[in-house]
Amino acid sequence: MKNQMTMIFDAVSQNEAFARNAVAAFCVPLDPTIDELNDIKTAVSEAVTNCIVHAYENTPNGAVCIKTTIQNNSVHIVVSDEGVGIEDIDAARQPFFTTKPGEERSGMGFTVMESFMDELAVEHNHPTGTIVSMTKTIRGADWKGKKR
Amino acid sequence: MRVEHTVKKDGLYVKLLGELDEHSSAIVRTRLDELTDRVFSERLVLDMSELTFMDSTGVGVLLGRYKKLKSRGVPIYIKSPRPNVERVLVLSGIYNIMYKAV
Repeated sequence: MKNQMTMIFDAVSQNEAFARNAVAAFCVPLDPTIDELNDIKTAVSEAVTNCIVHAYENTPNGAVCIKTTIQNNSVHIVVSDEGVGIEDIDAARQPFFTTKPGEERSGMGFTVMESFMDELAVEHNHPTGTIVSMTKTIRGADWKGKKR
Repeated sequence: MRVEHTVKKDGLYVKLLGELDEHSSAIVRTRLDELTDRVFSERLVLDMSELTFMDSTGVGVLLGRYKKLKSRGVPIYIKSPRPNVERVLVLSGIYNIMYKAV
């Protein structure tokens, strides 16, 4: 069965918790483990933070769009913005890379997304902005039981 | 997000309660700086047992405090992080510069 949710919200930091919790709640019918839900929440939080801090540089009037699709046992999440975009995507995906070294940024955002999800794609949005696509297969507790 | 502290003989203990992300990072950063500027201690222990969420923004906050306290010779210990927080900490390599409190 396929199910889809799209949400658009202001690119302000108080919406981060709402965004990650809403996406996680939408994935619950797939019967994920707590660890899998936490992975999704963390990855979404990283993507939304990037939109707020980098794409719109903490200025108001920006919007973040999250499209979440669950199908069979996988979740596909697309986070997009129409902000300034990323000049060098390959560089941005490297661990510890940051364009804001004076702001105590860890530069681990994309590394966390890549590690916590099964697939990550980053591309330019047109005419401006960035699209981050992430996929995770939900194995659930049953899979762990079978693994043992 | 709440920040509580206790001064003990062996260090300044700071407990983080809630979710540490971009939205709450300024509160935590300011509070930790206020406490470490005001309270002289031989080490800072961050109790993360009630920290229910942290993303890489939290790692940035920790790195900032590390740089500040390193110049004073004050090590940072991390106590009882939940599995989801621990995963972010390990991935970031934070334990190369901070200690696990036992």
